[in-house]
Amino acid sequence: MPLSSPDVPADSLVDIDNVTFSYDRRTILKGISLKIPKGKVVAIMGGSGCGKTTLLRLIGGQIKPSKGEVRVAGRVVHELDSDGLYHLRRKMGMLFQFGALFTDMSVFDNVAFQMREHTELPESMIRDLVLMKLNAVGLRGAAKLMPSELSGGMARRVALARAIALDPVLMLYDEPFAGLDPISLGVIGKLIRDLNDALGATSIMVTHSVQESLRIVDYVYFVSEGKIVAEGTPAEITASAEPYVHQFVDGLPDGPVPFQYPAKPYTDELMGVRRA
Amino acid sequence: MLDWLEKRVRRIGEPVVNTMEKLGFGFRFMMAVLWHSGTSFRRPGLVIREVFFTGVLSLVIILVSGLFVGMVLGLQGYDTLVRFGASEALGVLVSLSLLRELGPVVAGLLFASRAGSAITAEIGMMKATEQLAAMEMMAVNPVARVVAPRFWAGVLSMPILAALFSAMGILGGYVVGVVLIGVDAGTFWSQMQAQVDLFNDVGNGLVKSVVFGVAVSIIAVFEGFDAPPTAEGVSGATTRTVVTSSLVILGLDFILTAFMFRGI
Repeated sequence: MPLSSPDVPADSLVDIDNVTFSYDRRTILKGISLKIPKGKVVAIMGGSGCGKTTLLRLIGGQIKPSKGEVRVAGRVVHELDSDGLYHLRRKMGMLFQFGALFTDMSVFDNVAFQMREHTELPESMIRDLVLMKLNAVGLRGAAKLMPSELSGGMARRVALARAIALDPVLMLYDEPFAGLDPISLGVIGKLIRDLNDALGATSIMVTHSVQESLRIVDYVYFVSEGKIVAEGTPAEITASAEPYVHQFVDGLPDGPVPFQYPAKPYTDELMGVRRA
Repeated sequence: MLDWLEKRVRRIGEPVVNTMEKLGFGFRFMMAVLWHSGTSFRRPGLVIREVFFTGVLSLVIILVSGLFVGMVLGLQGYDTLVRFGASEALGVLVSLSLLRELGPVVAGLLFASRAGSAITAEIGMMKATEQLAAMEMMAVNPVARVVAPRFWAGVLSMPILAALFSAMGILGGYVVGVVLIGVDAGTFWSQMQAQVDLFNDVGNGLVKSVVFGVAVSIIAVFEGFDAPPTAEGVSGATTRTVVTSSLVILGLDFILTAFMFRGI
């Protein structure tokens, strides 16, 4: 399946069109629409539990929308059969929040996994490719280590090397900065930007790390309560007067997103008779 | 009143619906495992690796348990047989007990607690740490790549482990009966040779061990795959593997024995 079919809009690789998604009885996404332009790094930001990761899973075809459609390279993801979906996924790379490295394989085997599964390349060529990928993330020397011997930041870099193993057209990042020290954070941020440009790929990054993201992305969407509440380039976002963006970017405890979880009035609760 | 009734109906209905759903999912899962078994046969290396983990690493517990069970059978069997003046039948008693019953059943129970629990915990943890989701996103089917090889490794290992259990047990019975108590070695072996039937005794035991192998393996991989992706979920699933497998082994054993029973 070529990724440049004629019905693909020239400028966008991923097109989310009026998507609603409910889990059990809870509606997580409420008619969300956004476009991810080709070749760009786009961040989707929002508080925990606002539906960001759900968006990534919809793009990867792990779940199906209740309404609306997600198109990747012009194809409606939830209408693909399992062969079509697997074919599409070969063009995608995903970095999971905690790396999700295969713990029973060495770093080398983790990066080689997709090459061995999907290609007929001879082992000598796989070796060279794996070392190149590991070199790109600065961990060629760690090829023989097991995932349990890596620090959090190293594991994330190995996972990144594994995600780019087959030179994906679309990269998905789920909270790439979560739980990293400042140095690893800078390294991962730089890698995301550099790899995107070197591979000519398109990247979607779901995150709540504001400053790190604004440094490297081309465009930002803010999601709150299942809707897009703001969007713009990093410069526009920084200058935005939108109350939600202001609260989020400046990390204010109270604002459009209230500090208190909805509850009965405080005095009523304290003074009220305890129910038997 | 209506509220009260609704609550009661709900209390009965919910577990029933949940159980039916789980059974349905379990059946579809089993079909999926069989459907995606092609990879396991095309790449036997995947299965052989798992045979090492489920089979080879279970050897110690199986062999030691077999030896002790056989030794106990030797002592208890001699104690009973000598009252009827039939101590020369000790070899027959030990070998028939092991081949037809104790070999498959005890080896099955040990296999469920040693290998079955490990398979469940491993698959459950792979799910909890998103390794299975990562595999899906890499366009590799986890049922074909992770689940089916473990299932087939269990199915292959179990009959071999049961056979080794019985062999060690017979050796244990020999050590106690012949070496320690002094039953005649020639009678011990020749009676066994004359009385044990290849098809009815060894064959039926083999059938049982294959059936138990399939049952334990499918329960173990299913519970792992179905485990809620939390520490609590994985521990619950591991427990369920051991409990369900044990009950299923004992239940199936009765059914199989009833079918193999050849009249009075």
